[in-house]
Amino acid sequence: MSTPDQWPLWEVFVRSKNGLSHKHSGSLHAPDAEMALKNARDVYTRRSEGTSIWVVPSSAIVASAPDEKEVLFAPSDDKVYRHPTFYEIPDEVGHM
Amino acid sequence: MAPSIDMEARFLDYVAAENKVEPKDWMPDAYRKTLVRQISQHAHSEIVGMLPEANWITRAPSLRAKLILLAKVQDEGGHGLYLYSAAETLGTTRDQMIDDLHTGKAKYSSIFNYPTLTWADMGAVGWLVDGAAIQNQVMLCRTSYGPYSRAMVRICKEESFHQRQGYEIMMHLARGTKEQKAMAQDALNRWWWPSLMMFGPSDDQSPNSAQSMAWRIKRKSNDELRQEFIDKTVPQAEFLGLTLPDPDLKWNEARGHYDFGPIDWSEFFAVIAGNGPCNTERLEARRAAHAEGAWVREAATAYAAKQAARRASAVSPAKASAA
Amino acid sequence: MKWDTCDASVQYLLHLGDDALVLGHRLSEWCGHGPILEEDIALSNLALDLVGLARQYYRLAAKRIGDGMTEDRIAYWRSDREFLNHVLVEQPNGDFGDTMGRQFYFDAFHYLQLEALQHSSDAELAAIARKALKETTYHAEHSSEWIVRLGDGTDESRRRITASLARMWPFTSELFTPSEVDRAAHAAGWGPDVAALHGPWLDLVRDVLQQAGLSLPETPAKLLRGKSGIHSESLGFLLAEMQSLPRAYPDATW
Repeated sequence: MSTPDQWPLWEVFVRSKNGLSHKHSGSLHAPDAEMALKNARDVYTRRSEGTSIWVVPSSAIVASAPDEKEVLFAPSDDKVYRHPTFYEIPDEVGHM
Repeated sequence: MAPSIDMEARFLDYVAAENKVEPKDWMPDAYRKTLVRQISQHAHSEIVGMLPEANWITRAPSLRAKLILLAKVQDEGGHGLYLYSAAETLGTTRDQMIDDLHTGKAKYSSIFNYPTLTWADMGAVGWLVDGAAIQNQVMLCRTSYGPYSRAMVRICKEESFHQRQGYEIMMHLARGTKEQKAMAQDALNRWWWPSLMMFGPSDDQSPNSAQSMAWRIKRKSNDELRQEFIDKTVPQAEFLGLTLPDPDLKWNEARGHYDFGPIDWSEFFAVIAGNGPCNTERLEARRAAHAEGAWVREAATAYAAKQAARRASAVSPAKASAA
Repeated sequence: MKWDTCDASVQYLLHLGDDALVLGHRLSEWCGHGPILEEDIALSNLALDLVGLARQYYRLAAKRIGDGMTEDRIAYWRSDREFLNHVLVEQPNGDFGDTMGRQFYFDAFHYLQLEALQHSSDAELAAIARKALKETTYHAEHSSEWIVRLGDGTDESRRRITASLARMWPFTSELFTPSEVDRAAHAAGWGPDVAALHGPWLDLVRDVLQQAGLSLPETPAKLLRGKSGIHSESLGFLLAEMQSLPRAYPDATW
């Protein structure tokens, strides 16, 4: 259950140089995409030039279920982490 | 479905073979709980650890020192953030972890309950406290849980400067005026033993250690890490021309290590129990920052919701006008 | 060292450097106390940029003074009567709204000032300004976005930021009132006519306030002469803390 001061979780992907691909750097909390991008620059690139950043709400990522034949697997949903909650759409938007 | 003994055994073999565990893999519940506790407490330590050093940012004695210290403390904030992120992959939230810290349910490294009283403390903390932390962190780069190990690799890369910067301050002071050298010696006297205590009591006193080692969360024992740290640091102190506050410190040729004096574990436990010099102030500062920031966080959340609503109604004005 | 009679270009550099140092110092006070970890890191980045900028101005000034002058002697051994920053930047942080109000007003001015300074006839100064403009653009975006979020957030945030913006407003008149140093710099082609920046500044500010659903404050301007070394009572305390260590050990180096 999200409280009014909780910011949702975003995953950050950084391409440090043209020619390379974006790499997952980690996550951070932000209230919206613009701030997620700015925070990602501050936290994961310390504002170095020429980097490309993608931010994605963690809840938007769809992950494959681990291969049944692998040593470790657990029957699970398609969420990327074991998160108990993701950012829920506030009531006002839901009623549109 | 209750985990079978077979799954636990397979898990043990899996980590013993140096494989990484990732967030959605099966793991013993105790493994997950241990990691949530350990990673979050590591994160809390970084955040609370900002405070004793931030204490000197506004009094840094040169512009270069000011920048270096500010960047260092900011790095520590960043490290806390990476670690909170790693812990969140295990089913806890940043807010829950912070709440546990503020209510005293979660712990942080007791070293940060000591006061930073002089500029030389910036040297001693960087040299000894970061030095001890690095000892532990390098080991954790090989920890079995993927997100934790990756966060540690990132942290270790950034840590490399911190200890050197602290040592540089000590060097400059040790070679400076009489007062500066005395300041350096005084800081070393106060930070040496607490730094050794950072590694924790002997593992035979620590019930969780054996399990953590089997799960490859922990790769070396507390005593091993402490001994490594001492062996590395004694020559560094000698180079500075400063005296370590341990009359029993002596190179033991047969062991190939330094012998050292007894640690006063009663001080360690007193500080952990909340009676160190700064426990109250540290937690108060964190609680206050969080409480005073609530209106800001709420404003940002409210604005984001409003913007989302505006975008939705812009996309489908018919729907909006029908509402 | 008679700071008030040294070369006009040096005085101008001290003025620019003092704004950056004092504001950077204020922002650094937030380290470890920010409203959320991500913002704590962001505020520290702003502080690092500004103190870094101050060093560049001071180093250039030191070079021109010669005689073994250093950036640290400039920063740590002048009294508050010798600092030439705007009174706005020395204002205490207060709450996050006060800080953002102060940042918002100054960042918009700073952006316009640097835009002009990149064309300074003083080539070394122009080079510093050109490099700083990108960072300062980022600062201005950061503070503007917070004004919008706080103005258009909750009722409480709107109330608070309205009060903060009103509180900081009277200090903004000094930004556009040329001092002796400003006038000399403009006459020599080193810097802009700050009075002429007022119009563009008002446009920028009004635009953001409109997005935030706020209006221009109407609190009356204060009579301020920070750029001539006559400051509010805040600066004395700020410098007492900042300069304390070298002054306690005058024969030591750090």
